[in-house]
Amino acid sequence: MLEISGLRKSFDGFVATSDVSLSVARGEIAAVIGPNGAGKSTLFNLITGHIRPDVGTVHLEGRDITGAAPHAICRMGMGRSFQRANIFPKLTVFENVQAALIAHRRAATDLWSASRDIFRDETHMLLASLGLGPQAEVTGGTLSYGNQKQLELGIALAGEPKILLLDEPTAGMSSVETAETIGLLQRIASERELTLLFTEHDMDVVFAIAHKIAVLHQGRIIAVGRPDEVRADPEVRRVYLGEQHA
Amino acid sequence: MTTRLPRTIPWMTIAFAVALFIPILGTRFYTSVATDVLILGLFATSLNLLLGTTGLVSFGHAAYFAIGAYVCAIAMKTFEVPFLLALPLAGIAAASAALVFGYFCVRLTKIYFAMLTLAFAQIVWAICFKWNDVTGGEQGFNNVPYPDLAWMEVLPGLSRMRVGELYFYVTLVVVCLCLYVMRRITNSPFGRILTTIRENPERAEFVGIDVRRFELAAFVIAGLFAGLAGALFGIFNRGVFPDFGYWAKSAEVLIMVILGGMGQFFGPLVGAFTLVVLNQQITSYTEYWPLVLGLLLIVLLYAFPAGLLGTIADLVKSLRGRRDA
Repeated sequence: MLEISGLRKSFDGFVATSDVSLSVARGEIAAVIGPNGAGKSTLFNLITGHIRPDVGTVHLEGRDITGAAPHAICRMGMGRSFQRANIFPKLTVFENVQAALIAHRRAATDLWSASRDIFRDETHMLLASLGLGPQAEVTGGTLSYGNQKQLELGIALAGEPKILLLDEPTAGMSSVETAETIGLLQRIASERELTLLFTEHDMDVVFAIAHKIAVLHQGRIIAVGRPDEVRADPEVRRVYLGEQHA
Repeated sequence: MTTRLPRTIPWMTIAFAVALFIPILGTRFYTSVATDVLILGLFATSLNLLLGTTGLVSFGHAAYFAIGAYVCAIAMKTFEVPFLLALPLAGIAAASAALVFGYFCVRLTKIYFAMLTLAFAQIVWAICFKWNDVTGGEQGFNNVPYPDLAWMEVLPGLSRMRVGELYFYVTLVVVCLCLYVMRRITNSPFGRILTTIRENPERAEFVGIDVRRFELAAFVIAGLFAGLAGALFGIFNRGVFPDFGYWAKSAEVLIMVILGGMGQFFGPLVGAFTLVVLNQQITSYTEYWPLVLGLLLIVLLYAFPAGLLGTIADLVKSLRGRRDA
């Protein structure tokens, strides 16, 4: 599904990622973990086209997407959520998701129809599946933080992605919201046969849902494998897990 | 309380109907002010497509107004092109210029975008100012002919009207058509995408929107309608001057939009009305009108941060909310 090989990116001499290779199979739930500054966000930005790698390639379903524009990569079936909830704050919850549907279904060049009722049923169905049905007419920016992240997930799902990249999907959430979000992610991934690649700080979340974990440290991948393999890896224990799971 | 106001009042139809009677009931002065308001309202509304809808701050929107004005005036006077052809020609010329300038502008963001729009507008102004043979240079392009409106006299009620009054009706129809089209565009799926760019360009990019391309499309559409407004204004003013493209003109239209309320489709029209009327009233009392106008604007902007129409809309909304509760 997603094939990353030899990605390297440096900013003014600082090497943010170095020789990062990772493959994610269809239907897999993969996590990238690592301490702050390990290069997780840079890696995501390299995959989604927000920054260009110096060296290396990214393939999505066999197509080379290295250096393509974000909107083009999105159109090829990649959805993304950002670390801080990234929605359209002054639009209603309904309009947020509807706009994503308009973009995805190529209705965006329609200058003449009324946008009010376009994709109304699909939008409401998607909102209902996220548990945001009752808040459809609420302004997005006034939602609680957890709900905003759910809304962002809705925006990403409206694009009917094959693979979804989630940058810290539970960051800033209360433990209740975190549990809800995990349940939601697992349900949606299995319903839609989604491939997931996510970064996360909360190790409980990672070990609860990931099939595969890659550990990033100072821009390099130091271990990849099943959760139990990674947990047992001495190098990983030393640089990372040891700090929390001593 | 059993009385209920209808949810939607057809303001546009009411305003249109009232406007039809201005030349009949009012003086020549009122007709002239109304024409001025209509044209500048169209100009301001075209800017709001960028400012309020797409979130792009243009400091050089007057460039397209000036291009439209010069193209229409030169076509009609120098080449004797009929108005019905000169008007769309002016729109196309302004839109083409917006396409070229916009191509570079949308590559920049925020203040850099604004500065580049200003730079292009100053180039347009300089060309109009210096190209004596075509534009009349500093002296302006004078004695722009009115369109041939004699045919309108067969219409009921218009038989003994002056050409300036007939031209008001022409302006009214053209402006209303343009506003209708812009309103459709604002409320279309395309318009919704423009609002997502205003709200969050990064996210818009990652729902699959080519943000630059959509910004450019908005820029061209805004340029088109600014050009049509300029064309109408050149004829109304009986002359076109380099000042039409000067930065002060761009600032004036920006003030109209903010004063009226950029969150409302008809806000810029209200802003144009307010500014034109204030201008007229204050000028008749004191020669220091820019000073008075400036003070008044500061007060208005502090008192109505959402703009005049925006504040009224918020008020109506909260009143309705209370009644429904």
